[in-house]
Amino acid sequence: MSNWEILWASRDVFWQGFGNTLTIFSISAVLSFLLGSLLLFSMEGVRPRLKIPLRIFIDAMRMLPFLILAYLFYYGLPSVGIRMTAWQAGVLALVLYHGAYFAEILRGSRITLSSGQEEAAIAQGFSRPTMFLRIILPQLVLRTRGVMGNQLIILLKDTAFLVIITVRELTAAANSLSSTYFIPMEAFIVVIGFYWMISLALEQGIRFLGRIGEKRGFNNA
Amino acid sequence: MPEQPEVSIRNLSKSFDGIEVLRDVDLEVKSGEVVSILGSSGSGKSTLLRCINWLETPDRGEIRINGERIGLQDKTQKPMSRRELAKVRTQLGMVFQSFNLWPHLNVLRNVTEALIYVQGLKKSDAVERAMAFLHKVGMAEKAASYPATLSGGQKQRVAIARALAMQPKVMLFDEPTSALDPELVGEVLSVMKDLSSEGYTMIIVTHEMDFARNVSDQVVFLEKGIIIEKSAPEIFFHSPRSERVRRFLELDKVV
Repeated sequence: MSNWEILWASRDVFWQGFGNTLTIFSISAVLSFLLGSLLLFSMEGVRPRLKIPLRIFIDAMRMLPFLILAYLFYYGLPSVGIRMTAWQAGVLALVLYHGAYFAEILRGSRITLSSGQEEAAIAQGFSRPTMFLRIILPQLVLRTRGVMGNQLIILLKDTAFLVIITVRELTAAANSLSSTYFIPMEAFIVVIGFYWMISLALEQGIRFLGRIGEKRGFNNA
Repeated sequence: MPEQPEVSIRNLSKSFDGIEVLRDVDLEVKSGEVVSILGSSGSGKSTLLRCINWLETPDRGEIRINGERIGLQDKTQKPMSRRELAKVRTQLGMVFQSFNLWPHLNVLRNVTEALIYVQGLKKSDAVERAMAFLHKVGMAEKAASYPATLSGGQKQRVAIARALAMQPKVMLFDEPTSALDPELVGEVLSVMKDLSSEGYTMIIVTHEMDFARNVSDQVVFLEKGIIIEKSAPEIFFHSPRSERVRRFLELDKVV
């Protein structure tokens, strides 16, 4: 049996890893985008006291290697009585970490949005949350689609770190097959293929956003 | 009993960083009246207009829309909540110099957005109402276009439809033609003229002298935050009481 045939025979392990990676990625992507939006909304909110702790949170996350955060949540927190499954710890770490980045990406674009658009919304009686959801956020997404896509790919790659906290995702699958049959080369090439596939699908999504943006004159994103 | 003014402004004052831009301004606008506010730049005319719907917060004075106080609680003099403010603002439509359309929404959705998400109309009703007002400003056939593809005059007409669709009692225009190429000014002014003949109450900050002369019922001249002339257009343009207005009008003729 050639090495490739061995891998083909154990394809279920890959599929399981692929499914897990895709699930973790999708959940974390959606939640971290929501967290990023919520952070931005809260920071420009009516409570100035909230601004400083949120700012500190965002900077703290950005100045931290993701791996450490995953370690901390899974191995560190149990010692203070907080126990999570590997999945919970992994997704929470991804969401907090990348949520901070999303907040920062959105904020950068928020600053340059013309205040006139907001005034028009206020004059029309929009409440703050409705204005944020209907007028501001959609524009920020269209404007930052490129950077946003980049961040999603980084998020995807960070899911690979979860192998070290025992999540059975793609990299874990390759790891276990490579050590069981000692065929690291082939096993890792296969998972690279999987990561590329997901990334290419992401790029397609961003391109679709791009077409929506171009039709509306958002060309300089 | 005298008729209640649609907009009444009393003792309005406002400073920015210690510089007084409005001082003790009084103004009453009756229902169906068109009031033009003139003055050189920096005279406070835009600030006055923006105070009326509380986009600027005045330092002193009171503003009432149909008797209803805007900005401050009548009894306690405390600031209104955003929700209360939004409710009073529904009586006011605002048109801006720089149009301020929302670029991610097409023309139709620029108009329906507040109808659906502020007034709570059903989508089909909102679309129907929006199309009627887009038709009124001659922009119905552009309903599916995005703002980036429109000319300035077209954008401003959409902005007017957007404000009208909320069915406000009073329309506020903040230099609606100042950002337009000269050949596009006419289409916007003609829409505004139609509105005035339909009986809309309008307060217009403008530099368009002919328009102010032909359409207004009242012309107000601001200078350094003070109203120095307030009269009917026949008087204002032919025999103004103040020397300053006379000079202002002569300069306009020279240019």
